[in-house]
Amino acid sequence: MSVGLFVAVCVFTGRAGADTPNSCLDCHSGLDAPLKVTAEQFAQDIHSQKGLTCVSCHGGDPTKDDPDAMSKSAGFRTFTRKDIPALCGKCHSDAAFMRKYNPSLRTDQYSQYQTSVHGKLLAKGDTKVAVCIDCHSVHDLRSPKDTRSTVHPLNVPKTCSRCHADAEYMKGHKIPTDQFAGYTDSVHYKALTVRGDLSAPTCVTCHGNHGAAPPGVDTVQNVCATCHVFQAQLFEASAHKEAFKAASLGGCITCHSNHRIKHPDDELLGTGDKSVCTNCHSSGDPGFKAAGDMHAQLARLDTQVKSVEELLNRAEDSGMEVSEAHTAQDQARDALTKARVTIHSLQAPKVAQDIDAGMKIGEKAQEAGRAALAERDYRRKGLGLSLIAILIMVVGLGLYIRQIERD
Amino acid sequence: MKIEETSGPQPTRRRLAEVILGGGLVASIVSFVYPVLRYLVPPALPDLGGDEVVAGKVGELKPNSFKIFRFGSKPGILVLTADGEYRALSATCSHLSCTVQYRTDLHQVWCACHNGLYDLTGRNVSGPPPRPLDPYQVHVRGEEIVVSRKREA
Amino acid sequence: MSVPLSIRNWLDERFGWEKLTEPLRHKTVPQHRFSVWYFLGGMTLFLFGIQVITGALLLLYYRPSANEAFESVQYIMTRVQFGWLIRSIHSWSANLMIFTAFCHMFSVAFLKAYRKPRELTWVSGMILLFLILGFGFSGYLLPWNTLAFFATKVGTQIAGQVPFVGMKVMIFLRGGEEVTGATLTRFFGFHIAVLPGITTFLLLMHIALVQKFGMSAPPKVEEEWKEHPEKKKEMRFFPNFLLRELMAWYVALGLLGALAALSPWGLGTKADPFGAAPAGIKPEWYFLFMFQTLKLIPAKLWFMDGEVLGIMTFNLAGLLWILLPFFDKEGNGRRQRMALGVTIFALAFIVAMTIYGYLAK
Repeated sequence: MSVGLFVAVCVFTGRAGADTPNSCLDCHSGLDAPLKVTAEQFAQDIHSQKGLTCVSCHGGDPTKDDPDAMSKSAGFRTFTRKDIPALCGKCHSDAAFMRKYNPSLRTDQYSQYQTSVHGKLLAKGDTKVAVCIDCHSVHDLRSPKDTRSTVHPLNVPKTCSRCHADAEYMKGHKIPTDQFAGYTDSVHYKALTVRGDLSAPTCVTCHGNHGAAPPGVDTVQNVCATCHVFQAQLFEASAHKEAFKAASLGGCITCHSNHRIKHPDDELLGTGDKSVCTNCHSSGDPGFKAAGDMHAQLARLDTQVKSVEELLNRAEDSGMEVSEAHTAQDQARDALTKARVTIHSLQAPKVAQDIDAGMKIGEKAQEAGRAALAERDYRRKGLGLSLIAILIMVVGLGLYIRQIERD
Repeated sequence: MKIEETSGPQPTRRRLAEVILGGGLVASIVSFVYPVLRYLVPPALPDLGGDEVVAGKVGELKPNSFKIFRFGSKPGILVLTADGEYRALSATCSHLSCTVQYRTDLHQVWCACHNGLYDLTGRNVSGPPPRPLDPYQVHVRGEEIVVSRKREA
Repeated sequence: MSVPLSIRNWLDERFGWEKLTEPLRHKTVPQHRFSVWYFLGGMTLFLFGIQVITGALLLLYYRPSANEAFESVQYIMTRVQFGWLIRSIHSWSANLMIFTAFCHMFSVAFLKAYRKPRELTWVSGMILLFLILGFGFSGYLLPWNTLAFFATKVGTQIAGQVPFVGMKVMIFLRGGEEVTGATLTRFFGFHIAVLPGITTFLLLMHIALVQKFGMSAPPKVEEEWKEHPEKKKEMRFFPNFLLRELMAWYVALGLLGALAALSPWGLGTKADPFGAAPAGIKPEWYFLFMFQTLKLIPAKLWFMDGEVLGIMTFNLAGLLWILLPFFDKEGNGRRQRMALGVTIFALAFIVAMTIYGYLAK
């Protein structure tokens, strides 16, 4: 955003009700974008709420009209996009200054920015990259905790996508522009937007915010490990770690993708056509065999869980109470989940251990389901017997009535 | 004054009706009374009520270890700390409902699914969990460790 | 001597059995084309007896506190021998009894059996019907499941809409401002002590009045018999009619057993007072017609709140309905035809609104 030297003749429309003279807003509220700033807009800005004004960043004299308001003698500053990080950093990197307003706020944003891809390219003269105001907005800048802030977790993906999904804008930067499309299809995005889970990762969780840069190829799993600890640990100890490093393949993202991370299907594993293992492994090599074995193990327990579920539903539909069996089923499902994590060790025997534990529990639930159905049958038999007794009684009564009325 | 019964032989038709009636009466009464009599006998497993459950026996757990027990239809976690104190919490993680466990190295309750961490009072310390785990009261009754929860009226 | 006869003798020597049962032995039931409706009163009484017995049995295991109520019903359904049978019969019989009570009331209305001198039989019967609905409403909450909790919340809130006394009534019913464990305790007290006490008293009065005045025959039949006395047919109550009633009661028992075994009454999920109400919550079918009517009334009618107007109209209608015998006394004139018209309208309205309520979302 370049502020050109715009000599405009401002017509004073009444300053009715203005406490402090602010010729900046008086003029600029009547201008068109990109120069338009209204008092309502600026009132939303956290800087305004902390007592800062136009002068704090722009200098100048708000008590005067143009051209004195924006004169050099009044201290008016002009700056280009390249100047903005340093301008914001003037206050935000000054710990002593920031302590006066918000002691717990970090003051390393500028130094982080300088390590980021954006910062490095800006230093080389590329002004298309993001500077502070592109992400944080300007003149109506809100705290990131505010859900309307452009950098609130719920809004971060959209903010990044403004540039990164714009193929035209990104021309010449040699990186793909499908990240946002992929991410909105992902399980993390669904967690964020559908469940409102603010702990779900957004762009900045994996890439950093001020120090934004892609994670290193052989350290991707460290990033995923912040939440997916077990999977990362098993991967690190597995044969894939060195193999991927040697092939310059990123850890988790090779199988799970980086942005379009969908909820994994058991078909992702194994030797079928949806599997990712066959991308590298072919029939005959030990990896191929391990993939097939592990898939078969998961399928074993999965089938059992599904059949027990069907059994319990049948029991419930006929009116039997099987909540305890359902609780046991939950434990069997937990075992299946654990097995689905253990596959990252690439060792079928380890997976088999978890599966066997789950099968045992599932068998108990199956027993409970069968017992429920047996109980149902017992009740129906009992009902049949009592209905026969009742029928005899009713017939007996009918006959008896006929007899006594015959006389 | 005694009532005299009607004299004369009973016709066979009437006899048949009476037999069927009598038989039906006995059979139906039995089919009603039998379930009621069985009902009156209390079952082997008494209903302790929804408020408390026996989570384990004294000596079952070693210090700095845990077990998962059932409380109603949900899992609970019983921890014996290194100092010999019993703690009980709900074991359903407040993030995505996985069953938590006790980490003997961290001395805290941990969820394997997404690395959520809770302290022994149930407070969510780090990771995705948005809410603490419900704490339960633990009392040792003789050889039994009884876990109970207070609910509002 | 046959066994029944010797028992009779034994009772007579100690209780004066013969003298006590003398009026019963002369009791007759008119026989005409509408006689089948006479079974409904006895059926309702029989089902009430079933409720008392199964209710007493449930009391052995049920716990009336918010923490334990749901679990205790679950215990009865899953652990207690034949607990599922006792509980399902109790729930099904409750619904059946309300149904037969309504049918009994309408058959009496159509057959104009409420006329002088039977006005108080009608009034006591109407109060008994309201008591039965009270049994249904209070008993429904006792398992403390989600549906019951919110149905009680909505129902007591509607009661609270009555002008002037509404809030006091609501607080009295709820045992506080909100539906809590205190409400459960209170409803339990109503269900097993207060309502049974009042009901027993009114029931005795109702039956005594029926014995005193005998069974009425519809006006047209009475006229026919006056003109042709030879056409009059009557059946002895004891043993003929009673044996037939016994047949009907056995069939009802069979029906209850079948319902309990084939379509057990569900448990639902435990009530969570801080949870959200399930979408499309509706009361039980016997309140549905009122609920649906209130939903259809616009929010404001002239200056009055629509819902309040609806509630007051129902209250007024109920009151006028109780006073029906004092409006339609005897004869066959315009009043009598009006009464019949109102009866037809009331039945049609209730049936139509109940069906509508079922089908509506």
